[in-house]
Amino acid sequence: MFKRFIWLEWKSFFRSASFGKSLGLKIFLIFIALYFSAMFLLFGFGLYPIMKKIFPGEDPVEMVNKFALAYFAMEFILRFMLQTLPVMDIKPLMIFPIRKRKVVNYVLLKSFYSFYNILPLLIILPFGIFNIYKGSHSAWVMIGWMIGMYSITLSVNFLNFIVKKRFTDNLKALIPLVVLAVVLVVLDYFEIFSITYYFGKLLNLLLVYPYLAIVPILVLIGLYLWNQRNLESKFYLDAGLKSKAKSVNKKDFGWTKKFGSIAPFLQLDLKLIWRNKRPKTTVYLGLIFLAYGLFFYMNPAYANFPQAYVFAGIFTTGIFMINFGQFVPSWDASYFPMIMAQNIPLKQYLASKMGLITFSIAVLGILSTGYVYFGYKVLFMNLACALYNMGVNVPLLIYAGSFNKKRIDLDKSPFMNYQGTGAAQWLVALPLLIIPILLFWLIEKFFGYEVGVGFLALLGIVGLVMRPTLLTFLESCYRKRKYAMIQGFKQKGE
Amino acid sequence: MITATNLSKVYNGNKVLNIEHLDIPGGQNFGLVGNNGAGKTTFFSLLLDLIQPTTGNIFSNDITVSQSEAWKPFTSAFIDESFLIGYLTPEEYFYFVGDLRNRNKADIDTFLEQFSDLFNGEILGRNKYLRDLSKGNQKKVGIVAALIGEPEVVILDEPFANLDPTTQIRLKKLLKDLSKTVGTTVLISSHDLIHVTEVCERIVVLDKGEIVRDIETSEATLKELEDYFSREIAEG
Repeated sequence: MFKRFIWLEWKSFFRSASFGKSLGLKIFLIFIALYFSAMFLLFGFGLYPIMKKIFPGEDPVEMVNKFALAYFAMEFILRFMLQTLPVMDIKPLMIFPIRKRKVVNYVLLKSFYSFYNILPLLIILPFGIFNIYKGSHSAWVMIGWMIGMYSITLSVNFLNFIVKKRFTDNLKALIPLVVLAVVLVVLDYFEIFSITYYFGKLLNLLLVYPYLAIVPILVLIGLYLWNQRNLESKFYLDAGLKSKAKSVNKKDFGWTKKFGSIAPFLQLDLKLIWRNKRPKTTVYLGLIFLAYGLFFYMNPAYANFPQAYVFAGIFTTGIFMINFGQFVPSWDASYFPMIMAQNIPLKQYLASKMGLITFSIAVLGILSTGYVYFGYKVLFMNLACALYNMGVNVPLLIYAGSFNKKRIDLDKSPFMNYQGTGAAQWLVALPLLIIPILLFWLIEKFFGYEVGVGFLALLGIVGLVMRPTLLTFLESCYRKRKYAMIQGFKQKGE
Repeated sequence: MITATNLSKVYNGNKVLNIEHLDIPGGQNFGLVGNNGAGKTTFFSLLLDLIQPTTGNIFSNDITVSQSEAWKPFTSAFIDESFLIGYLTPEEYFYFVGDLRNRNKADIDTFLEQFSDLFNGEILGRNKYLRDLSKGNQKKVGIVAALIGEPEVVILDEPFANLDPTTQIRLKKLLKDLSKTVGTTVLISSHDLIHVTEVCERIVVLDKGEIVRDIETSEATLKELEDYFSREIAEG
């Protein structure tokens, strides 16, 4: 049976409308994956000597255990952001004589082969073998340790599925968890209650009683079964209907009337965002990433790398642009023929999309003025980046959108609807970030920080002034591509 | 009103539509029949510039539809559920289409009054999103929305399918009145020969993309169509 599932997925990948694009992305991702594999492997081999050097006289394994929790926490956050959940289109399979459990098991077991589960092995195995080779612990002890550590990594894998599912189903359910994590981090930071220390102590037990590796394995099995039950309970067509029964959202965004001819579209877009789970998460992400700047401004290491401020500025003011804008016009995929046949000039449609994104940049830009706390340099950089986003990045992103032909199913059942919540979506952001960083770097090198900031702002203003011309150009691009879009959006499924 | 010249559409070397010349005068109730794959939906999609013709052109009011957008203000259509916006309520959808066609909320409210029978209390004021309505009710919303703003050309693909019998009868009357009183050009396709002969003044039969019959509807039309479509069975 598993063989047939694999066959189905193979077909769906190679016959998909966005095949060319996904193949390109896949190849690019493979290169990144190779790079990271090399880095991890190098780190895995280097870990023993590094530990010996930094903590002479201590047992390297115990030292590693001490940092293990911090590592697992990082791993969890990265998985949460980057790892796509295993997906399968179940509807056509529901009436066939295939046991539910088989489908669910297939989906879950498939995740074992995920790249994110292979990476940690590249650290754990070399480090473990190095220890055996050096004779710091007996082979049995290290094998127990390796099994234990890897089981924890896989547990993180399945824990991530559960949390990610909760996150998309019900955002509020996550709050207590986040609060708990923050409290633990704070307590750890001020050395009141060091959970990493106690976690390390627990792991040290593995070195004394290697057979205790059974405990993480049991945790892993428990989490697996939890996932299994979770998915099986959603194995119904109407799994989504239960929540839909709640009354409709009546907000009609009447205030958009002020925007004149693009008002109906703005209203429609706001409803789109407010009433559908996926676009809604882009808004929350935008607010969460507003805090991302802290990461740069609080770290003195970046003071000598003003390019990093460009990154932070573009990112914080443009996060909604990146997450929402890159799927224009796919958001409207399910009713795209209507948009094309109704009395809507294409130009107006694009203008309203650009208007909405520009508005979001303005809002985030205003909110980010709070960073003036870190000096006027930061404030001016953020404002310049906001202008650059509005003037240059928005048209660039809309232009890239003319090549979109992958459908987004807004009203898909919640059974594994996580399209576009993986690593690939961040790749699109690269040119948006790299170009301004390069430009700024060049100007700053020869003329100084202020001129660099001014240059970015100037580019943005030029883009804004030229917007009508750019719109005409974009319209012609979309006119050319519209037939391919209509064709591509018809294709349902992944 | 609508003229197609030398129109053809080819998919992978397969000619799915080939119309040398077709002229549909304004105010005509025009019906398209044909078996699956005859090219009905292809023709309508070409008319709405949703696909590109391989050769030839369609002119709507002397506007080349694949080159200008100027036909949009006087044309409206309901082809399938991809013309509905699932996350809107029916009212919001009607208001949205109204906005696009320069009708304000009050205009739409009065416009919708005449359809209260058709809606049968299942559509307005139910606080449901379009995606949660049944297929039949979705279709009603789509068809009514296509009539907003007094368009000169209305295109409906299989309007009778999925509808309950009462609604089918109501819809027939509605479509007949539309061309008679307002002078709207109505283009419909259907697999139901009785419905088309009742509603349409002119019926064109497509077979593998070619026009094989072009009939002014009369008493004898239904018989003629039935004979045409049972021809192959009789031969076999």
